[in-house]
Amino acid sequence: MTKHTILNATHRAAGAKMVDFGGWDMPLHYGSQIEEHHAVRRDAGMFDVSHMTVVDLHGARCRDFLRHLLANSVDRLKKPGKALYSCMLNERGGVIDDLIVYFLAEGASQGRLAREAGASATAEAEASPDMRRTRRAESAQGSVDSEREWFRVVVNAATRDKDLAWIERQAAPFGVTVSERADLAMIAVQGPHARARVLGLLDPADRERVEKLGKFAATEARGPGGMPLFVARTGYTGEDGFEIIVPEAHAVTLWNALAAAGVRPAGLGARDTLRLEAGMNLYGQDMDENVTPWEAGLAWTVSLDEGRDFVGRAALERQKAAGVPRELIGVVLDDKGVLRHGQRVISDRGDGEILSGIFSPTLGKAIGFARVPAGAHAGLRVDIRGRELPLRAVKPPFVRDGKPCEGI
Amino acid sequence: MSEIPGDLKFQKSHEWARIEDGGQVRVGISDHAQELLGDLVYVELPKVGDKVEAGATCAVVESVKAASDVYSPVSGEVVAVNETLNDKPETINEDAYGDGWIFVVKADNLDEMDSLLDPDDYAELIEDSED
Repeated sequence: MTKHTILNATHRAAGAKMVDFGGWDMPLHYGSQIEEHHAVRRDAGMFDVSHMTVVDLHGARCRDFLRHLLANSVDRLKKPGKALYSCMLNERGGVIDDLIVYFLAEGASQGRLAREAGASATAEAEASPDMRRTRRAESAQGSVDSEREWFRVVVNAATRDKDLAWIERQAAPFGVTVSERADLAMIAVQGPHARARVLGLLDPADRERVEKLGKFAATEARGPGGMPLFVARTGYTGEDGFEIIVPEAHAVTLWNALAAAGVRPAGLGARDTLRLEAGMNLYGQDMDENVTPWEAGLAWTVSLDEGRDFVGRAALERQKAAGVPRELIGVVLDDKGVLRHGQRVISDRGDGEILSGIFSPTLGKAIGFARVPAGAHAGLRVDIRGRELPLRAVKPPFVRDGKPCEGI
Repeated sequence: MSEIPGDLKFQKSHEWARIEDGGQVRVGISDHAQELLGDLVYVELPKVGDKVEAGATCAVVESVKAASDVYSPVSGEVVAVNETLNDKPETINEDAYGDGWIFVVKADNLDEMDSLLDPDDYAELIEDSED
């Protein structure tokens, strides 16, 4: 059964070409993928990312649990509102999924956010506005909920089932409550003018605070008509912008308000070319359960901090000691042609393959990620329909803040 | 969907073909095909002088989404290719039946054109495939 986000009818009314993505009926583009890509690089675009899975974690030992679950160190999150990118590994060090974790409340300071963006442990309560008002009143008086620290994790849509099963299994010994938040929608607004467009829609009382929000941090705010928003300065495009979590009931209104403010709807196609230009991995294509972070260009997300025994750590240390056999590199095709997933990469150290491959609209040529034998950076070639074309190894990202990176 | 010109014939694989003077056949991909592919970013053209077989791959069009083979509807010799597609592959998106033509074949035997679909039959084919 194909799943629909709350914005599905809005996409169709806008003439979107819809495709199946991880079991979800999602917009691929609204006419031209390349124009949507440029809109994000040059102005502001928005993506419906409501298919992504939002999971709230509550419990006194939440932080301990995340120290165990994640390869990156949750102790980097010191202030409420801060976010961290991490992989979640299996015992073999393979990547179960990549995710963003938000540290949201330690004490009552973030209580308003917890109440109004519907961030409560009991999702059922959110179904009824009356119930929500009741909870708000309780929280305002300082209920136990808002005194505890809690975390929000956003994982991929296609991996939802296995992720939830894994998280729940790992959480049980820590007494952590795992609540999927299917009642929340998510809209990513990205581009050099994205923040300004969003700020213009916020309650004036919240504007300054949201404007000052640092990168990889989140806060609550009121949107059009006072709707409660969870605004994070994060993204998957290499541009500045926000990812906004909003109760489903308000998502269409918010989307339309953003469109009226000049934010252009963009589909999954543009999202893919934007993220690859920005040097960001896509789960399932660039890494999976049989690939370690060392082999996926994700070493920067692994924290081997002393005394923390996270799932997969032993395997990662073994692989590091023995020598990592393959690596992920960025590649550019200067000849004409398009790099695609699965194409064979030839080197004097053995064969590799193209993981993500696209025609880059910003660069006007094909770029990609390739997994190659460790150290194979020179004399690379790609086999495109039987023709061997030279590949140039580069260090991602390919594009940042609208411009090609040096050496690309 | 734009109007399909009445002087075209179609292959089920979504190429169009138009018979021109001197037994020459101009070939492109249908408007429906370009719509399915999305923004085109690269076209691998045949070379003038290449011998081609009916039903064999003669060019490749690549979009943001996928690479797709273009089959020649007739056997013969390539006598012209659309060089503008090297720099502006999007011409196919903009004008699939006109400026977005891909190559011209001097046909060995124009009877091979008889097996192709008329515009109405092709329109029916793509309508059925959308159900």
